[in-house]
Amino acid sequence: MKTAKGFIIHIILIAVCILCLLPFLWLTSTALKGPAENIFQYPPVFIPEDFTIENFKMVLTLVPIVGYAINSFIVAFFTVVLNLIFSALAAYPLARMNFGGKNLVFFGVLATIMVPFQAIMLPIYIITLKLNLVDSYSNFQGYLGLILPFAVNAFGIFLLRQAFLGIPKELEESAVIDGCNSLQVFLKVLLPLIKPSLAVLAIFTFIGSWGEFLWPSIILTKDTLYTLPVGINDLQGTFSGSNYRLIAAGSMISILPIVIFFAALQKYFIQGTNEGAVKG
Amino acid sequence: MQNNWKITPYLFLLPALVLLFVFFFIPFFETIIYSFQDYSNDIYNPVFGTFINYKTLVSSAVFKKSLFNTFYFLMLTTPFLVIFPLFLAILINQKIRGKTLYKLIIYLPVVVSIVVVAIAFKWLYAPNGLLNYFIEMFDLRAVNWLSSPRVAMISVALVTIFKGVGYYMMIYLAALMSVPKELYEAAEIDGANEFQKHLTVTVPHLMPTIALVSTISAISALKVFVEIYVMTRGGPLDSTKTIVYYIYERAFENLDIGLASAACVVLLLITLVFSLINIFCFERKKYGL
Repeated sequence: MKTAKGFIIHIILIAVCILCLLPFLWLTSTALKGPAENIFQYPPVFIPEDFTIENFKMVLTLVPIVGYAINSFIVAFFTVVLNLIFSALAAYPLARMNFGGKNLVFFGVLATIMVPFQAIMLPIYIITLKLNLVDSYSNFQGYLGLILPFAVNAFGIFLLRQAFLGIPKELEESAVIDGCNSLQVFLKVLLPLIKPSLAVLAIFTFIGSWGEFLWPSIILTKDTLYTLPVGINDLQGTFSGSNYRLIAAGSMISILPIVIFFAALQKYFIQGTNEGAVKG
Repeated sequence: MQNNWKITPYLFLLPALVLLFVFFFIPFFETIIYSFQDYSNDIYNPVFGTFINYKTLVSSAVFKKSLFNTFYFLMLTTPFLVIFPLFLAILINQKIRGKTLYKLIIYLPVVVSIVVVAIAFKWLYAPNGLLNYFIEMFDLRAVNWLSSPRVAMISVALVTIFKGVGYYMMIYLAALMSVPKELYEAAEIDGANEFQKHLTVTVPHLMPTIALVSTISAISALKVFVEIYVMTRGGPLDSTKTIVYYIYERAFENLDIGLASAACVVLLLITLVFSLINIFCFERKKYGL
């Protein structure tokens, strides 16, 4: 009885896993097929008959995918760093200090969670143009335009606020008695204690930034600043002569870094959803 | 010292507040203002104090269709994303081998960019693609996944489901850890079978999480965009045009700021209902309310 139940569970889970992997396996298979092979042949062939890695080499020479990856990395990295700094700074007084207007700030930050980015992106676009934070001025300004609108996130502030609230007040008080000022208490006592929450925030912000498509596709004008999602979407136009092999190869290269990142840090992902963290 | 103490909290808050002002509060109020401005005479000198955009919106068949499509999409995705991940989480939560591997594989689509997922599905959906091959294997007629106005939205919904299942499953798995084991033992003594056990113990215990998953998956359904942009561009015959796609088209293709902003306000109001329910009913603890 027990084994029969376990058997059925495994069958179902294996079927779901196959479905989850299928699109990626099909991409890989397409990317590894040579020109002698019809990728739309009937019946479909999973194992390439005319096996080649030419498509990967070719897409890397024709399209600056490595450049896209570097742009994605720069944007994601600084988005994470700024989010960690600004969210932690803002979360501390909201958790631990009393000051005039605290409720106003609290509910103001909370309000930002209720408004979808898509509903206010048009004025954000106009403001970003007015601040000259676009790639037509310089690459640096282009990066700033990609990063700053996402440099602070209310989810992060609340996540870290909860983490600060979980620290016993006595620790802080003894540090103050030892002569620490607010900044020192914050940097030397509190921040080290909320490392796990900072890690969770960092990972989810990174995933979110890495996959972001809508904003960069609106704000970018130069393809030298394309991030991976924009660049990969663009491949469809570049190789419109239905060169699916190259698009597939490009797509596979583009997901490689995030899959490695995910595999390396998997335990934080599981912990992150436990804390009800940000959706990527 | 006393004085210094008083400005400290504001100094800590300053960077975050400046950014939220520039990239949230100002755009938020501007969206509302734009929606009441008439841009038809001179786009650089719009006239404030008009309902013209809302009137145009209400009489626009395309907008009404986009609104309808958005709720249709929500009905296609949310119920499935509430129930199926719960089912998977219960299965993985059993005493079985390979738990971690199952979790990782099912979570994988969550971390991959939606652009790549949508491109992959576009080929699976091709007239002579893999999915139609499987269907024809069972002697069924090939489906026009993305070119039939009746099917296209279902095809898009499948992509969203594919991308979301792992995320919600993880939320359920976390919640399942808090179900007391004794409750299952008690149910077993009462002679409950596997299915009854979960219906009488797991589901009631997880009700807050189920409610939470319902609202967050509904909110993300209301915001759907990239899948549609990559796969169908709102077509065929506007059958996959949702409210965010409509906004994108008005704002960035037609440069119709007034109309786009009015549509934004509608989106804002709809999501606000779901967000308020979510924050004040299901996530009070997370926000410390």
